[in-house]
Amino acid sequence: MTNPTELKYSKDHEWVKLEGDIAIVGVTDFAQKQLTDIVFVELPENGKKVEKNKPMAVIESVKSVSDVFSPVTGEVVAINESLKDNPDTINKNPYDEGWVAKIKIVDNSELDGLMSAEDYEKFTAENH
Amino acid sequence: MDFIPNTKQDQEDMLKEINIGNVSELFKDIPDKVLLKDKLKIPSGLSEIEIKDLLKKISEMSNISFSYFLGAGAYKHFIPSVVNHIVSRSEFYTAYTPYQPEISQGMLQAIYEYQTMVCSLTGMEVANASMYDGASALAESCIMAVNITKRNEILMSKAVHPDYRQVVETYCKAHSFSLVEVDFEGGVTAVDVLKEKISDKTAAFLVQSPNFFGCIEDLNEIEKIVHDNGALFNVCVVEATSLGILKSPGSFNADIFVGEGQSFGNPINFGGPHLGIMATKQMYVRHLPGRIVGGTVDSEGERGYILNLQAREQHIRREKASSNICSNEALCALTATVYLSSLGKNGLRKVSELCLQKAYYLAEGLSKIGVEIKFKADFYNEFVVKVDDASRVNSELLKKGIVGGLELSKYYPELSNCLLFCVTELNTREEIDKLVGVVKG
Repeated sequence: MTNPTELKYSKDHEWVKLEGDIAIVGVTDFAQKQLTDIVFVELPENGKKVEKNKPMAVIESVKSVSDVFSPVTGEVVAINESLKDNPDTINKNPYDEGWVAKIKIVDNSELDGLMSAEDYEKFTAENH
Repeated sequence: MDFIPNTKQDQEDMLKEINIGNVSELFKDIPDKVLLKDKLKIPSGLSEIEIKDLLKKISEMSNISFSYFLGAGAYKHFIPSVVNHIVSRSEFYTAYTPYQPEISQGMLQAIYEYQTMVCSLTGMEVANASMYDGASALAESCIMAVNITKRNEILMSKAVHPDYRQVVETYCKAHSFSLVEVDFEGGVTAVDVLKEKISDKTAAFLVQSPNFFGCIEDLNEIEKIVHDNGALFNVCVVEATSLGILKSPGSFNADIFVGEGQSFGNPINFGGPHLGIMATKQMYVRHLPGRIVGGTVDSEGERGYILNLQAREQHIRREKASSNICSNEALCALTATVYLSSLGKNGLRKVSELCLQKAYYLAEGLSKIGVEIKFKADFYNEFVVKVDDASRVNSELLKKGIVGGLELSKYYPELSNCLLFCVTELNTREEIDKLVGVVKG
């Protein structure tokens, strides 16, 4: 799976898609491969205030439990309820149906610090 | 693995290998002036015959058969001999923690069965592999409730066992939870006081049923009040056999169940080890502390068992753990499992019926001779009486070889000259009649 070029990527393997002032956040294909079978997702509460680089969700797989860090600062306006019953959607479709949360952001410029698909490609190749 | 001590030859070979003259040279780093040079002041060893003789004499010093009417958190029940036979098998008795599932299937399966039985008996959806004892399990249920509700206040009935309440207090203090006690009236939790004290700050209400006084609480009423306030309903059972006859806490929509499993096949053990039981709703399973055994299939599709959800305390994300427990009472849990297996549903029901009936038989007997039964509430196998001189009653009973009820004044000053009597299936009609006779006189 190639990393979609319209998305931005964080060093902690989250992706962001900006739609107006709403940032849709999920974890990358690289992340889901590393995690292996995901069995449980602890989603943030609607309305929760999240901060850039602070943990906002938890993904539990058969071999580990990992924090999902928010790549942006803002307020959670939607969470992917389908992950409660089908956490493995993240494995099957990390960039699409496997989105984790939608965050209403205050500062679009936060996305400038994130990587492009190309940079993320290089990042994962050299560091892992 | 067997233990085989080193022979003199082994020692000589080892010393030669590392080029040391004698064993004392290995301790040369210890300053000479702190080295113990004298022989330890213990008598020399005895032969097996002499030891057997000595121990027999010592045991005969306490070879008086009493009849026991004392409970209050630890209960004398009949333990079928099959329990000890199975539990003392070295495969079970010496088994270590089942971290490596491939070499621990026996123990893991036994604990899985234990968890299953706990769910059956309590009506809860998921149970853990046991806690240290009922008191610490109750305290842990507070932490669970605070984490789940994100509220900081714990409400607890004063009719919960005083030792349990002390433990809860300790944990609450350490975690900076606020702890509020709810009074009892007529031997059970005062529901209007509960209504008054509960609020949207309350994470959970802790209630024990049958409570410390043996009285059966109105869990139906209490559940409504607790859930109306968005708090969790934590139910504690200390006399485990009561689960054989009373409606299960799960049927009352308890959120967290904690209990003391000592009554299931475990001797009183001078106060421990005992058996903490903990169970909850499936949706809270990730908040459950301690070990959990899960069923799964191996690479060949065969049924197997493992320790599951281990990411909560000891292995990863320890800083996110809600508890520091990293053990369980495996042997005691196994004992309970064997006990329950050997009794079966009908057997356990029989045990609890006997406890209940005999307790009421004693209560009626005492009532007939003019002794006041302190509380009007229904009870299971313990009840409180009020007498003129509680300590005198107990000393008279003791002279006749009867261990009487617990004097309550030291735990509840308002209950002066009150005794908490307990009756189990082990108390015979003759013993009960004898007790009544002594009290009458």
